[in-house]
Amino acid sequence: MTAPQVTEPLIEVEHLTMRFGGLVAIDDVSFTARSHSITAVIGPNGAGKTTVFNCITGFYKPTIGRLTLRGAGGEFLLERMRGHEIGQKARVARTFQNIRLFPGMTVLENLMVAQHNKLMRASGWSLLGLLGAASFQRAEAAAVELARLWLERIGLVADADRPAGELPYGAQRRLEIARAMCTEPVLLCLDEPAAGLNPRESAELNQLLVSIRDRDGIGVLLIEHDMSVVMNISDHIVVLDYGRKIAEGDPLAVRSDPAVIRAYLGTDEEAIDG
Amino acid sequence: MGPRLALMLKDAGLTAFVAAALGIFIVGFRTVDLGGGKGLGFDYHLVDLAVAVVVIFIGRLGLSMAANGLRWPAIVLGVAMIVAGASPMKLPSGFLHWFVALGGVLLVIRAIWPWANDAIGAVSRTPSGVALGKAGSKWFGWLLLAAAVLMPFSPFADQKTMDLGVLILTYVMLGWGLNIVVGLAGLLDLGYVAFYAVGAYAYALLSTQYGLGFWTVLPLAGMMAALFGIMLGFPVLRLRGDYLAIVTLGFGEIIRLVLLNWFDLTNGPAGIGSIPGPTLFGAVFAETPPPGKQTVSEMLGIAFNGNHRLIFLYYIILGLALITNLFTQRMRRLPVGRAWEALREDETACQALGINPTNTKLTAFAIGAMFAGFAGSFFAAKQRFISPESFVFIESAIILAIVVLGGMGSQIGVVLAAVLLIGLPEWFRDLGNYRMLAFGLAMVLIMVFKPRGLVSHREPSIRLHPAGSGGGG
Ligand SMILES: Nc1ncnc2c1ncn2[C@@H]1O[C@H](COP(=O)(O)OP(=O)(O)OP(=O)(O)O)[C@@H](O)[C@H]1O
Ligand SMILES: [Mg+2]
Repeated sequence: MTAPQVTEPLIEVEHLTMRFGGLVAIDDVSFTARSHSITAVIGPNGAGKTTVFNCITGFYKPTIGRLTLRGAGGEFLLERMRGHEIGQKARVARTFQNIRLFPGMTVLENLMVAQHNKLMRASGWSLLGLLGAASFQRAEAAAVELARLWLERIGLVADADRPAGELPYGAQRRLEIARAMCTEPVLLCLDEPAAGLNPRESAELNQLLVSIRDRDGIGVLLIEHDMSVVMNISDHIVVLDYGRKIAEGDPLAVRSDPAVIRAYLGTDEEAIDG
Repeated sequence: MGPRLALMLKDAGLTAFVAAALGIFIVGFRTVDLGGGKGLGFDYHLVDLAVAVVVIFIGRLGLSMAANGLRWPAIVLGVAMIVAGASPMKLPSGFLHWFVALGGVLLVIRAIWPWANDAIGAVSRTPSGVALGKAGSKWFGWLLLAAAVLMPFSPFADQKTMDLGVLILTYVMLGWGLNIVVGLAGLLDLGYVAFYAVGAYAYALLSTQYGLGFWTVLPLAGMMAALFGIMLGFPVLRLRGDYLAIVTLGFGEIIRLVLLNWFDLTNGPAGIGSIPGPTLFGAVFAETPPPGKQTVSEMLGIAFNGNHRLIFLYYIILGLALITNLFTQRMRRLPVGRAWEALREDETACQALGINPTNTKLTAFAIGAMFAGFAGSFFAAKQRFISPESFVFIESAIILAIVVLGGMGSQIGVVLAAVLLIGLPEWFRDLGNYRMLAFGLAMVLIMVFKPRGLVSHREPSIRLHPAGSGGGG
């Protein structure tokens, strides 16, 4: 694994708190994540991992807290942005714990929809597109090329024109990641991408995530239950339990942290061994 | 076999009982004016009711047999019904003969459906079958278009058929317009007729009050309807699913009530009359020219014929409908069209990809409304008289039925459904009130045999591999 480069944090989560009525789903959590690195968020069921993602990607408005993203486009305070602007302007992309593809559309179409904002501009908000302008056709060809590149990386070129809903489960997971990557994000948030994969698919996924970190150089936030995945590929780990951050550090430090071992109650150290 | 048959008989008995209980008030007797100041009396139709209940009993029994794999007994029952219906047996009305025989036909179709389905499936999976299907769907649209263009010159183009053609094409255009909103963007709009009304009143008022011509008002009416679409859409498109349906339903009613009650502008329930028809290069379709105008027959130097106006209207609506279709096809291949379909599939995922759901829905809503506006001003120019009664909820429901039965998002499906839902009831006008039965029957049949609409095939908006190559699905 490559050593994370010493740069400014890509995203800084400060004092994030999220309440649902009386329930405190996240309680004063702070952490940072960098570019060129994979930051894992782990914790038992109901610890608040998905809720953290929902706050970062604008699906929930945090009760308290500041979420600062410093990307290529400048500095963004995510908690103040409208849902879709976080993808469009701050360039944060995500996948969902339950796959959310566009099942009736083809694999290629899924990847084209991901490039919507870029193509909308190129199509002159549809006017140039309706007239069949050459500039739009070039932009569309480039978008197809990007899609093809990602289809090659996830091994789905041959399935490009099939409805996404017809793909096998593992392929759908990979496609959802490729679709997120087609938005050309600076931060990619993956919610349990390995869930339901067999060991071979899981190993392929590890390679894909490592290549996203090393080749594309973006920051990856990863929620994962499979400890072998977490210990193998993450550079930094944040551990949540009952909405609180109970530990943070590199894999070696986290796996021997007594608080972490206690949190995974009923499981001994063996269980979180890589 | 024994207990199963008993269950089926019980089920059929229950169905027949419900039919009898409902039918006794609807069909069983009727109040009639005895005349001569003798007040009201009853007119009994108990034989009709009995025959209907028996048919329903046998039909239900046959259907459950067919559903349980007992195809031959179901076919025998069906054939028996057909024979009974066609026999010279004396029944109180001719319609009952039809009822019995049609019931039998349906039963037979249901019984042999699985075989037919298998056979069709097997043929369409063979390579030549696949090629045939592809060529068929490719040429079918062109054939339909050629038929539509040549129709006015065919021998059956009498006034009745041409009127019907104009009517069907109007609904095809409305169906294609609503297809953008419902089929592509997945927004359930139950008040589409409101935009149709806006277009119609826009032309009616601008032409009668300000003397503007059809071709000037047509784009204005479209823009006005689109503006209404945006005005309504902006606050409500944040709502999802059922809520949106209810709000659009309400909007449709509000527009109708405004048209009814804003007497100074719309003349209320009395409507607006003497709306000028569309002109051809400034010439009007009339026997004698109004002052300062020329008639088309004068301009072209041909004898006046009342049918010319109808043929002209036919080609206008055909042109408008084709524009709607081409525009939609084109939009579907642009980023905005793909975003519409993506929104229909998963709005949450769209938001995560940085797509602004409200703006995207708004464009679909406004464009759909615009085409309804065009169709509305055509309607006003054709009818020459409009009143709020033309824009009631049932119109929205029929247009929606055309889209849903056609197969959400399918352009050809809309044509087929419009012909079926508008054409059949008009053709069967001789059946009197029973023609609505044909309407209902068509809907039920489509939903039973083709739950995803007549045409459920979806053509990708873009391909990586050329169509038909191994890569395609
Ligand atoms: N929209 C919501 N309304 C109310 N409570 C919620 C909402 N979303 C999450 N919660 C609650 O917040 C807590 C944390 O949920 P969250 O989904 O973030 O857990 P998680 O760590 O992702 O768990 P898992 O590993 O099962 O996915 C849970 O108790 C959940 O019930
Ligand atoms: Mg979760």
